[in-house]
Amino acid sequence: MGKAFSTGRNCASLALVNANDSSQPGADALPRPFADWFAARRWAPRAHQLELLTRARAGESLLLIAPTGAGKTLAGFLPSLTDLYARGRIKPGSAFTGIHTLYISPLKALAVDIERNLTIPVEEMGLPVRIETRTGDTPQSKRQRQRLNPPDILLTTPEQVALLIANGEAERFFKDLKFVVFDELHSLVTSKRGHLLSLGLARLRRLAPGLRTIGLSATVAEPMDLRRWLVEQATGSDSHAGLVLGPEGARPIITILKSQERVPWSGHSARYAMPEVYQAIREHRTALLFVNTRSQAEMLFQELWNINEETLPIALHHGSLDVAQRRKVEAAMAENRLRAVVATSTLDLGIDWGDVDLVIHVGAPKGASRLAQRIGRANHRMDEPSRAILVPANRFEVMECQAALDANYIGAQDTPPMTDGALDVLAQHVLGMACAAPFDEEALFSEITSAAPYAALPRQTFSRVVDFVATGGYALRTYERYARIRKTKEGLWRVSNPQVAQQYRLNLGTIVEMPMLNLRLVKRNARGSLGRGGASLGKVEEYFLETMSPGDTFLFAGKVLRFEGIRENECLVSQAFSLDPKVPVYAGGKFPLSTYLAEQVRAMLADPDQWRALPDQVRDWLSIQRDISMLPKRDELLIETFPRGSRHYMVIYAFEGRLAHQTLGMLLTRRLERAGLKPLGFVATDYSLAVWALDDLAGAFRSRRPSLGALFDEDMLGDDLEAWLDESWMLKRTFRNCAVIAGLIDQRHPGKEKSGRQVTVSADLIYDVLRSHEPDHILLEATRQDAASGLLDIARLGAMLMRIKGHITHRALDRISPLAVPVMLEIGKEPVSGEAHDSVLAEAAEDLIAEAMGDKEIREASHGEWPDDFGAQRRH
Amino acid sequence: MNRLALAAAQIEDFGSLTARTVVAGVEALCDPFGALYLPQTRLLVISDLHLEKGAAFARRGMLLPPYDTLATLKILSAVIARHDPAIVVSLGDNFHDRVGSAHLPDMFRREIAEMARGRDWIWINGNHDPDGAAGLPGQSADELHYAGLVFRHEPSLRAGHGEIAGHLHPSATVRRRDKSVRRPCFATDGRRMLMPAFGVTTGGLDLRHRAMAGLFERENLVAHLLGRDRVYSVRFSNLLA
Repeated sequence: MGKAFSTGRNCASLALVNANDSSQPGADALPRPFADWFAARRWAPRAHQLELLTRARAGESLLLIAPTGAGKTLAGFLPSLTDLYARGRIKPGSAFTGIHTLYISPLKALAVDIERNLTIPVEEMGLPVRIETRTGDTPQSKRQRQRLNPPDILLTTPEQVALLIANGEAERFFKDLKFVVFDELHSLVTSKRGHLLSLGLARLRRLAPGLRTIGLSATVAEPMDLRRWLVEQATGSDSHAGLVLGPEGARPIITILKSQERVPWSGHSARYAMPEVYQAIREHRTALLFVNTRSQAEMLFQELWNINEETLPIALHHGSLDVAQRRKVEAAMAENRLRAVVATSTLDLGIDWGDVDLVIHVGAPKGASRLAQRIGRANHRMDEPSRAILVPANRFEVMECQAALDANYIGAQDTPPMTDGALDVLAQHVLGMACAAPFDEEALFSEITSAAPYAALPRQTFSRVVDFVATGGYALRTYERYARIRKTKEGLWRVSNPQVAQQYRLNLGTIVEMPMLNLRLVKRNARGSLGRGGASLGKVEEYFLETMSPGDTFLFAGKVLRFEGIRENECLVSQAFSLDPKVPVYAGGKFPLSTYLAEQVRAMLADPDQWRALPDQVRDWLSIQRDISMLPKRDELLIETFPRGSRHYMVIYAFEGRLAHQTLGMLLTRRLERAGLKPLGFVATDYSLAVWALDDLAGAFRSRRPSLGALFDEDMLGDDLEAWLDESWMLKRTFRNCAVIAGLIDQRHPGKEKSGRQVTVSADLIYDVLRSHEPDHILLEATRQDAASGLLDIARLGAMLMRIKGHITHRALDRISPLAVPVMLEIGKEPVSGEAHDSVLAEAAEDLIAEAMGDKEIREASHGEWPDDFGAQRRH
Repeated sequence: MNRLALAAAQIEDFGSLTARTVVAGVEALCDPFGALYLPQTRLLVISDLHLEKGAAFARRGMLLPPYDTLATLKILSAVIARHDPAIVVSLGDNFHDRVGSAHLPDMFRREIAEMARGRDWIWINGNHDPDGAAGLPGQSADELHYAGLVFRHEPSLRAGHGEIAGHLHPSATVRRRDKSVRRPCFATDGRRMLMPAFGVTTGGLDLRHRAMAGLFERENLVAHLLGRDRVYSVRFSNLLA
């Protein structure tokens, strides 16, 4: 019977329980048509569904945590459906009735799916309920009609909620709202999208004071965070939604691929395991192959096709591919025409298609909860176990996979923690509320602080946000058109003119499109110049291209491409004849190792008893490390130094994830530079960081010039960080997002598409101006807040520096240790970063002086016929 | 490069950040902001300010916050304070479009007046702003002949000797090992000098570009690149090692 409902989100299939055990407590809560409908199908509602119904009817807001396939969605709608049944059909000619239930999902495809699957039981039961969707694709005429004659249940996305509440008719539209259902709440709350939605919910509570919320979530580390999120927060009191727990699903069957081949020291391709992976694909109906980055997806796809002797239909799916191409893959998948899909996180969420019976995770999962959710993609029926194979790409990943597998066994969760509400999002919301109606600053403040992410917002910060919306802040005060809201005589804030509201609606949302350039494949003609036209291959981030020079080759869409240059808004590439891309490849989206898994790996290293689970080759590797150098204790930071060639290396085993290591690398090289040790570069992996220098690092540490304690002192997060941030492109990128979300820069204008490049140039400039002239600008504060947890992972680095204080162990070796090999092999493969390298200029300029002694001009410049003090010269 | 931060910084030995050169026998100093200073005549040259570019876009319905004028003027006033020149020559494309100077907000107008006090100021007309600068101190001209040099916006293909020009926004790429860095630059072969664009929202054109062909004797050509905090001089033949 499950077969007939192979779409996992089918509400009916979510209630597959034998009718025999229908004598559950609460079963009588079901009104007649519902009970009959279940009975007719020999189904019965599950305990958690009935519990949720009973408690919601009693007036509680609730969080339901249940595994995939446990009937969460039907549970979420039961209170609404039974309430609407009790209300009955609205008589024609009665007064305007607003919507009864709002359902919000992170994906519009999911909303559409739910409409289909909810309509069937509603019609079969003959309930007097109208269900409609509203997404970005909904035609204007339908939206218009929905405003005049709202459905009972509206299925929509967070962005649409923001649009609806910013409308002048919001009050009327939402006045009868009883329930708000949040699907996949765990994935919504940790992003800026969740911040905006929490503010929207605060507004909904004001428009419909009696409303109840129902959150549906997969298992998370801190359910209490979600429970608070769902209800109104007030200072001094702890209010949170009730908790309903679903049954535990069948335990997934997870194995780590025990390859006959040698597991490599480093790398992410898992090339060694390809024959075994291919064999697994052959033995299953449909396999989903997950990887962590787009570049890995590209490589894996290429490797599989290299050995695909049976030409099994294997497809590729990632976020930078052309939309048409992605849609084609999705369609083929839904029709069960594919045997395998190589995918990145674009497939983490949402509707599932086809009969996936195996998940293969290539490369380490990076987080225990991530792994659990990805495995849930296989087989959406909770009584049957999902199957998954983990394929570590290198030796550290073997340990990480083992840690993730252990975590899955004990059900440990490491979902990211909730963060404080972002200020750029708040700025957007403030403008939206002015679009709805003139607002009183004090009243709006108490409204927004009732949303959990903003509960602790200082009043003064709120004023600064309002001021930013009103004037734009520094320099923009002179320009009338940046005054988006104005204070009326009555002391209310209102929008300056109707265009402001129009612009707001056009640019609303928190998903900022990265400046992407279209990749176009061109050919060189006989004269060597580039032709026009050619196929479009997809999009790459402009920031990636900034690090490339014409002639560099990289891997994209399964091809090795040669970068030719940028023409207008397109990146021109040609087919490269080399099979060996020079630039590491296009690495979009890297997830750092979760703190939880990092800790487990550290514990595993320190405890030889735990090595039994590991393959022989990995065990040997650790034993040799113990003999030659040492294995760090759990709370200890091991630093090894050794010479190699003409250089001196330092390897730091911090296990804090690539992002935090990169930041640490930047800061350490600055410090070593100052200490005169001539650092040359660094490279970071998820597990360790290698820094190399011209001078003897071990000697310097021994004579305490500087001591390691001083080198790793927390104060590096002070001035050194500030100085580096001045120039960091990563921070500029973060700022750009904030500026777009806060409405300082518009992404879209009616009829005028602004190119990402213009936005970037403009944003970088504003960033420089503000840093020099208004360092406490609210958007810079928002940027720092983002950077702390985002690209720079400063928060994690700070926690590590504190933890290791007084626990640094230095081993001065005379050669490389086994544990250092993986990161050392990354040297030359990984780009250090996209920073501008003045050192290259300095090197060239020195060359010039040495080599061009015959050049008169240069001799003058370098040996100075002029006095050094130019001030004296000037007065001649 | 963040010239804004550099403009605000305290610098002890500014001379060491600059590059000295000679154009048609006249000594000149390339500073890291992209300004050229001629010590003997106390003359300061800047080129392609493209003021009010943000506003020009805004006039066409594309709202980019107009921070560009502010930023360019902040850097310029730091440069002027540093060199204290007797004459300032702005080498054309001073404004991004024809009406730019007429629409300049008062606060910027005052800032320019402040900078120009006690100095001669010459606005050379460019292709973006052929009608001259409206309502600003100083005089407008198509060309200036002074102290053995010719100052004009577009470099002429024939008369190269002693010419200081802008227009092309020269930049150069230095490549060492796997890394390459592209920066705006002064370009000179000792006969003429091409100025980098001074405005903050201006792009660059590589010295290898067709438009540069025939302007320089390549064997004597040197690029003085604007580094993060100093000027780096690299011979053309040595850019790509």
